[in-house]
Amino acid sequence: MPETRTRNLRRSGVQPESMQTRINDFVIKIANVNGTGSASANGLLMKAIFRMGIPVVGKNFFPSNIQGLPTWFEIRVSREGYMARSGRVDIMVAMNAQTYAQDLADVSPGGYLLYDSTWPRDKQLVRDDITVIGIPLSQMVNTHFENVRARILMKNVCYVGALAALLDIDMQVITQLLKETFGNKEKLIAGNLKSIELGYNYAKEHCKCPLPLKLERMQATADHIMVDGNTMAGLGCVYAGATVGAWYPITPSTSLMDAFKDFCERYRVDKQSGKHRYCIVQAEDELSAIGMVLGAAWNGARAFTPTSGPGISLMNEFIGFAYYAEIPAVLFDVQRVGPSTGMPTRTQQSDLLFCAYASHGDTRHVLLFPADPGECFQFAVQAFDLAEQLQTPVFVMSDLDIGMNDWMVPKLKWDQNYIPDRGKVYSREQLESMQVFRRYIDNDSDGICYRTYPGVSAKGSYFTRGSGHNRFGGYTEDAAEYQDVLDRLRRKHDTAKQLVPAPVLRIKKGVKTAIVSLGSCDGAVLEALDVLAREGTEVNYLRVRAFPFNRQVEEFLDGHEHIFVVEQNRDAQLKSLLLLETRVEKRKLTSILHYGGMPIDSRCITEGISKALAKGAAA
Amino acid sequence: MSFMQKPKVSHSQRLHNELGLSLRDYEGSMSTLCAGCGHDSITAAIIQAFWELNIEPHKVAKMSGIGCSSKTPAYFLSQAHGINAVHGRMPSIATGANAADRNLYYIGVSGDGDSLSIGLGQFIHALRRNLNMLYIIENNGVYGLTKGQFSASADVGSKAKKGEVNLQPPIDPAIAALTLGGSFVARSFSGDKAQLVPLIKAGIMHNGFAMLDVLSPCVTFNDHEDSTKSYAHTRQFYHPAVHADFIPSKQPIRAAYDNGDAMPVELHDGSTVVLRKVSKDYNPTDRAQAYSYLHAHQKRGEIVTGLLYIDEAQREMHELSNTVGQALRDLPYSELCPGSAALEELQSQYC
Repeated sequence: MPETRTRNLRRSGVQPESMQTRINDFVIKIANVNGTGSASANGLLMKAIFRMGIPVVGKNFFPSNIQGLPTWFEIRVSREGYMARSGRVDIMVAMNAQTYAQDLADVSPGGYLLYDSTWPRDKQLVRDDITVIGIPLSQMVNTHFENVRARILMKNVCYVGALAALLDIDMQVITQLLKETFGNKEKLIAGNLKSIELGYNYAKEHCKCPLPLKLERMQATADHIMVDGNTMAGLGCVYAGATVGAWYPITPSTSLMDAFKDFCERYRVDKQSGKHRYCIVQAEDELSAIGMVLGAAWNGARAFTPTSGPGISLMNEFIGFAYYAEIPAVLFDVQRVGPSTGMPTRTQQSDLLFCAYASHGDTRHVLLFPADPGECFQFAVQAFDLAEQLQTPVFVMSDLDIGMNDWMVPKLKWDQNYIPDRGKVYSREQLESMQVFRRYIDNDSDGICYRTYPGVSAKGSYFTRGSGHNRFGGYTEDAAEYQDVLDRLRRKHDTAKQLVPAPVLRIKKGVKTAIVSLGSCDGAVLEALDVLAREGTEVNYLRVRAFPFNRQVEEFLDGHEHIFVVEQNRDAQLKSLLLLETRVEKRKLTSILHYGGMPIDSRCITEGISKALAKGAAA
Repeated sequence: MSFMQKPKVSHSQRLHNELGLSLRDYEGSMSTLCAGCGHDSITAAIIQAFWELNIEPHKVAKMSGIGCSSKTPAYFLSQAHGINAVHGRMPSIATGANAADRNLYYIGVSGDGDSLSIGLGQFIHALRRNLNMLYIIENNGVYGLTKGQFSASADVGSKAKKGEVNLQPPIDPAIAALTLGGSFVARSFSGDKAQLVPLIKAGIMHNGFAMLDVLSPCVTFNDHEDSTKSYAHTRQFYHPAVHADFIPSKQPIRAAYDNGDAMPVELHDGSTVVLRKVSKDYNPTDRAQAYSYLHAHQKRGEIVTGLLYIDEAQREMHELSNTVGQALRDLPYSELCPGSAALEELQSQYC
């Protein structure tokens, strides 16, 4: 960003003439220091916009740290309902002196920067193409609050007040939200309201309010909720009837088990006895966590573990065991940036290949790719059905962006008629009436055999092992017997194609260019499609929702000439998986990759496609 | 092929337990271990114990890791479900299985490599959780299946078959269990069935994690002169500190215990273990004393055996988790799913 140091700063509150009025379509970015309580202030701001009926999404960019490092919160207001990052920053709230230079540079031309004018800014840092607004936040808050911690917290609430005036947020909505948040804690409500007022009144008095960037009430958020994916996945586990959860804390998956625990405390405690209808075990490591899941599932309970890439690395030996011994398991991989420890608080989709074939030997697994918190709920429930139908581990491949950020999604509905599909399990009666039970016989020719639970009947007993076994469950080192079982496992994985969620398609007849993508790229892709269409480029779209790929994926690939595979990793893992597991020709596929750890934005996609198409036209 | 059908040998018609089952009903497939292996004696003791306890075989879940010891669950209770996990990871499988159904009997068989090297973490965490199970370590100080490397329980100065001398101090599972808060710590010897069977019975009925370390000589790789885990060495330095008699709940306790040498400990189900102390200065309910006794005697090279420590009051995993009494896996779905109205209501907080 060019900096003009010779010209004077524009005076506070005066807008550059070039700024056009933009209603319900801009990005607010708040730069802060972590551990200062900014999350609740930012949440309040976002929720207020949501309550005004305006589509909004928030992304939290936080450090792997408890206190003192830079943190950002980005709120995108989008009347069109776009949920991805836009790549713009229209209003920067620069609360962190440490990152001031970078934050100033990040503001899009014509935008605004709001700062705490209690202290002078670095006069060297100047931009004449934006408007700088100074509000003495600390000064005002310090005169009203004695307590040191309150001063730190209230400074953040104070900028929400200033923004309320500048953007024309309904104050009634804010007051209502504070009441809901703090319930009958009158003192807290009063303190927060005071801080809001300080910021609000100061802005009203000293700036021309509202700015050309402003909010106007809409009706677009009715029947929607604002929620994160981990919470919804945890809720999904409760609705699926999971009773055993085992885990080891790891960012960014920890809040999934926190949510499961909260919901269990709410819905699964026996009213009379106070006893729990669930058992959560915090394991000594992820390998133990998956071991516990397998033990519980072997014994007939629905069990799961939430984790992230490093946890999956540790779980590998048990994942292979579960695959070969045919034990159901549900794993949530809330993906973060790898390799190794990588960047624990940044997002990526870089565990695809690793999970698809996790563990040594010939293994292949079932993966589900939710795109938002709504699908986290839906796929959590479906994952348990699939795991028990197929008697195998099922991975729900979420990521940090979906798992930890609040997304606007349609309200969830629950089908009261849903009955869990527990798969092929012989009951006591069935066992007693049969001559002999054999564990690994493919009675139905779908690769899936019948199992039994321990303790049900002496006739149902068998020995579960990860060593070579034959179709009777007996130990073997015989080539033919071993291959017989291994080939059936391959058939079983093919059966999974008919059971996993189908891809989501957006197709226009005759269009030969397409995007294939997955998971949290969805918002950016949908926006990119609109942008490209406005520019005259029609592109079809398929969002993969599961591995193994089913026939619809094959047919879509067949039906298009030039296919852009959009994903968030360096090595084009989805593209690799498509090349390995479908008949698509390599020349058809072009990668668009985004892997810096920030959620993908639509510009990365439109630019990638435009460039490639221009190059193709020139050639 | 190392999987063999056991020949059908009919036992005496008179030997039936209260369930009308013979010892044969508690057996498994044919052992493929070396002739004379200590592990086979332990298997026989396990069969005897379950038969005497009148436990229905299919109400038992038997589990193991990897190694010679871990093969043995195939050799007993063929009517029980078994699971042969990966190396050193049986405790986590047992934890999950127990979480799903607290009402089965859980027995885990492990070895010194499986529990004290690769699986040390899982072993001590299951113990710390006080998981309700009997955990047997068939301890021979050596890796058998990979042909004779020292394990973590090998004593300093003990010689391998090819002459190598072990220099690293051993991990003693009994000392470890005492230190880490184990609620039932016992040691025995595969060659002493009279001591072993009651210990197994007490361990099965104990409400919590029963750690039973059983010295079980490896006839192929660690039974030579200069090995401290050989039959000869174990017999020579064998030091029973406490005898344990297991008395089922229905049976009256006949002996008198006023002389201070014997101590009855009531187990969760109403059965009793009577501890007869060989040494007057030994108190198996005092953790610190048990520890120093073990420590002092082992320094002299003695192998202290018996039910070394018991605390029946310590809460097991489900009691700590406040779980319902019924097996979680048997709870009807209607008791697990909050339903559509609850979902509707819940979502108001996300608007």
